[in-house]
Amino acid sequence: MLELHHITKKFNAGTVNEKVALNDVSLRLNDGDFVTVIGGNGAGKSTLMNAIAGVWPLDDGQVIVDGTNITAMPEHKRAKFLGRVFQDPNMGTAADMQIDENLALANRRGKRRGLAWSITAKEREVYKSLLAQLDLGLEDRLTSKVGLLSGGQRQAITLLMASMNKPNLLLLDEHTAALDPKTAAKVLKLTDEIVTQNQLTTLMITHNMKDAITHGNRLIMMHHGRIIFDIAGEEKRKLTVEDLLKKFEECSGAEFASDRALLS
Amino acid sequence: MFLNWLGTLPGAAAQGIIWGIMAIGVYITYKILDIADLTVDGSICTGGATFTMLLLAGLPIPLCLLIAFLAGTLCGLITGIFHTFLGIPAILAGILTQLILWSVNLKIMGRSNVAIPGRNFDLWVSALLPSWQSLLVLIAIIAVLIAILYWFFGTEFGTSLRATGNNLNMSRAQGINTDWTKIFGLAFSNGVVGLAGALLFQYQGGSDVKKGQGAIVIGLAAIIIGDAIVSKISQNFAVRLLGVVLGGIIYFFVYQTVIFLGFDSDLLKMLSAIVVAIFLGLPYLKKKYFASKKREGKRNA
Repeated sequence: MLELHHITKKFNAGTVNEKVALNDVSLRLNDGDFVTVIGGNGAGKSTLMNAIAGVWPLDDGQVIVDGTNITAMPEHKRAKFLGRVFQDPNMGTAADMQIDENLALANRRGKRRGLAWSITAKEREVYKSLLAQLDLGLEDRLTSKVGLLSGGQRQAITLLMASMNKPNLLLLDEHTAALDPKTAAKVLKLTDEIVTQNQLTTLMITHNMKDAITHGNRLIMMHHGRIIFDIAGEEKRKLTVEDLLKKFEECSGAEFASDRALLS
Repeated sequence: MFLNWLGTLPGAAAQGIIWGIMAIGVYITYKILDIADLTVDGSICTGGATFTMLLLAGLPIPLCLLIAFLAGTLCGLITGIFHTFLGIPAILAGILTQLILWSVNLKIMGRSNVAIPGRNFDLWVSALLPSWQSLLVLIAIIAVLIAILYWFFGTEFGTSLRATGNNLNMSRAQGINTDWTKIFGLAFSNGVVGLAGALLFQYQGGSDVKKGQGAIVIGLAAIIIGDAIVSKISQNFAVRLLGVVLGGIIYFFVYQTVIFLGFDSDLLKMLSAIVVAIFLGLPYLKKKYFASKKREGKRNA
């Protein structure tokens, strides 16, 4: 379960470029919630993710994951609770390391890293069967360098890494935005499977309104660093893109400012 | 003349291996952690000076070597703390430590150079000993060092160092304390460099505070030469490290030959720097050249 209590983040505070990226945001995710996040450019979606992941300290507010207050924890310490997939496929994996080495790194997230050999033979078998589930033929390429793979394959592996050891919260930051439509659809389908299979509490940013509607059980819309719309269950299922656009204009008094969202 | 030149080769090989050991230290930061660490120019001398003074004080050689290694790790630790806790860019952090070490090295030795009277000690490696004897000891040291590194970078902690150099964002997202891995890597690297300094001063029969100047360039040259030779043959980590040592030897052969041919030795440092600059710049130029070729091709089509 994730709880955000009144979190605020300003960039360039005290200068003419001051921007309130998160403005007193509170949010509560129940176990197993799969929440999609949409919003225009600069709405604070990625900032919200980074606030939870601890990329920089918050100005105000608290982040609590399953009862543990992680507000003051450095990024590498809260990694124990979080699985993360980034927009840039290059960001989630180590290019010069082998596929199995990448998986082994993720498998030890939140654990002590000692002087034991980094991959055991038993683990290698587990990785093989995990990779086989992706259905990308990667199970026979355990020792290939990740840098040789395509963006879609790298995102699929990152997804696998992020879901290892069942994190308390899965953070997906527009993880299909850099992929071609066909690959994006494949990775999204995979996301659904992995989230359902592991019953992961998930927060997924997307620029695609249709995806935001069809995936997950709850949807939130952000604007100017605030959550302006939060819908779940049956109501969400009946949403259409037109409804969302209308809702956005109602709540924000502005037009939805993201070309990408409207075009795709 | 040719025979004279041939006679210099075993000695050059011994010194080349010592520079190769130093280059392995540089490899840890430059290739694995992706940090250009200039501490090396100072820490090689710190290792050598520590070794020299302890040897003269009557300590056994293995202990002197061990303490020289530890002295080197302390140097790397300073740079690591500058870089991570104080947020100073790695290159600048290295330069600052280098300056600190200049004073430290003078204080360790008490003056700018100290001689080791070779005949009074049972040295492991020395220009005074038959070359094969020094070579044998150095090859044994190299073998142990490569074995240790091969093992270490295959462990859980070792792979987290490699991940840090490969992708900082991913490493943090996977729970790696990248400040700690960087500090450890810098310390380890300079420990190896300090050990190389101890061997170098032992071989040359004394310490000189100026000896470390340009060490980083020699290290980079050895890495580049080694990479060029072995990268096509094998991607195996041990082979690559062996390539670095080979690079050190080749560098020193060329160096020795150039001196033998009567080249003005004042110009040698400039020459090495230019050669390294060319090799570092080559991949960049290649990319640029090919990119513009491609663009041209498109325009013509």
